[in-house]
Amino acid sequence: MAIQADYLGMPLDINDLDVENLAYFKHCAAHQFHLQRCDACGLLRYPPTTACPWCASPDSSWVPVEGRGAVHSYTEVHHAIQPAFKKHTPYLVLVVDLDTQKGKPTEDEALRVLGNLVTPDGVLAPPDMVRKVGIGTRVRMVFTDVAPGLALPQWTIDEDAKQPAKPWRYPQE
Amino acid sequence: MPLPADTDTTSPKYLRDKYAIVGVGETTYTRGSGRTTRALGTWAVRNAIADAGLKPSDIDGMLSYQSGDSTFSTFIAGDLGIRLNFYMDVFGGGSSTEALVGLAIGAMEAGMCKAVVIFRAMNGFSQVRIGGTGARAVAPVSGDMLHGRAYGWQSAGQMFAPSFMRHMHDYGTRPEQVAAVKAIHSEHASNNPKAYYKERLTVEDVLASRIICKPLHLLDCCVETDNGTAIVVTSADRARDCKHHPVLIRGVVGRCNKPRLDMHYQHGPISTVAGRYAREILWPNAGVGPEDVDITGSYDAFTFTTMLQLEDYGFCKKGEGGDYVSNGTIRLGGRRPNNTSGGHLCEGYTHGVNMVVENVRQLRHDVDDSCPIGPDGKRQHTYDYRQGGCRQVKNCEVSANLGWANPGTGSAMVMRRG
Repeated sequence: MAIQADYLGMPLDINDLDVENLAYFKHCAAHQFHLQRCDACGLLRYPPTTACPWCASPDSSWVPVEGRGAVHSYTEVHHAIQPAFKKHTPYLVLVVDLDTQKGKPTEDEALRVLGNLVTPDGVLAPPDMVRKVGIGTRVRMVFTDVAPGLALPQWTIDEDAKQPAKPWRYPQE
Repeated sequence: MPLPADTDTTSPKYLRDKYAIVGVGETTYTRGSGRTTRALGTWAVRNAIADAGLKPSDIDGMLSYQSGDSTFSTFIAGDLGIRLNFYMDVFGGGSSTEALVGLAIGAMEAGMCKAVVIFRAMNGFSQVRIGGTGARAVAPVSGDMLHGRAYGWQSAGQMFAPSFMRHMHDYGTRPEQVAAVKAIHSEHASNNPKAYYKERLTVEDVLASRIICKPLHLLDCCVETDNGTAIVVTSADRARDCKHHPVLIRGVVGRCNKPRLDMHYQHGPISTVAGRYAREILWPNAGVGPEDVDITGSYDAFTFTTMLQLEDYGFCKKGEGGDYVSNGTIRLGGRRPNNTSGGHLCEGYTHGVNMVVENVRQLRHDVDDSCPIGPDGKRQHTYDYRQGGCRQVKNCEVSANLGWANPGTGSAMVMRRG
């Protein structure tokens, strides 16, 4: 069923035809992270797609995937473009390498899952938390509820993980 | 540098030097054109045809590109009384110019037409903001965008930034090295009477400007402007009858991609850009290598895009782009100046056409700076690159334009003086 929702004042819209995204976000709404696993080659993929980027098979199954990984890169936005985010600067956009399937099918590849840095309860992180995170920071997935059938996967600092002594941050604070 | 005598000109690279850019045209680079994109396109195309010494009736092909923010070829041709045998308006931005030159060559090789105008008309400041603010920023988020825009990851700067940051992480590239691109392009622009920003800036000015999204300061980002720009492509045979010294097309590569071009950051290293793949097509097609190139037009949507492309097309070793763009090489008077017009950072934002326009003028040895015009009607270039002076590169024979759409997609073209 189509979903129309409001997140931070920003309209989100998933129509009836977009069955891959509806399935993906339905799992997120249950606070479970699922990705498509290719029935032919067995590789997971992100974000949802119609066919497998490695073997072109159209057949896949949704399987649970552990939402843990490390920050591969990021940007820290100080000048928001979307009005919805202007109240929340500075905010972090994180590109996170999942531990699952890292370095496969080639050494440079990983499931790189986007998300903002948020508090453990899914709220965009305050400035003092933003300053702690950089490339290498260990993060775990949490969900921000938006509407029935829709929650956004997000990232928060993994309190239980061994963190790097000093994650890489842009040199000019 | 003239082409080496042993340059490979054998088949199947028979298209080398067979086509030429014979006309270039532009409108004023401005913020607040007060004109429609149809008017801007019409003026730019008219100016390019006149620059070639051709008549509108000599043109029978047209190509344009846009992102739902411009006018179609049919209107421009209609306004100028051009009857087209071929046209196509394609979707896209900053990797289009060089790709469309390749399509123009293909259309002429196929016998579909004989002279093609390529134009881009945009009110990138006063209508559809290229930086992404305005109508684009408030549009509903759906489909693939749910995995990006929903996180406030929307504008070009925001979306490219993880690649830039990762380059700094992987290779130790420093902010002041990259800021040199803006400082140097601003020096070039100070010798370009058409440039929107003509003021010379320093590395310190760039680093002192406010952060937009790390690692981009305000002055690491290009200017948004309103303008029309156009070029005329035709056969080298015909070029000899045109007004200016011919500028020949050696080779092109168009919209070449990294793997996973939909979500390129899924495939690493993300600090490597499409030029890594495009170079394997460009240089063999052109029959030259980076060492043969006198001037570059490496797309400067951001200071970082210039650096990453110069590196991945092989102008320096991987990881040494920071040094390459800050050691004087890309400055007027250096070994291989980049964007001598000031580029998108300073002259104006055109999605790439103006960087080709500039290199065509450089290869004609007739760049439009402030040098005096002699009795023969030609500029008497002084090669004094101080502020307000010359920007002609001495003995300029071979150029490379490196077009950028995003880290995963690029186009490029090598031209030479005929």
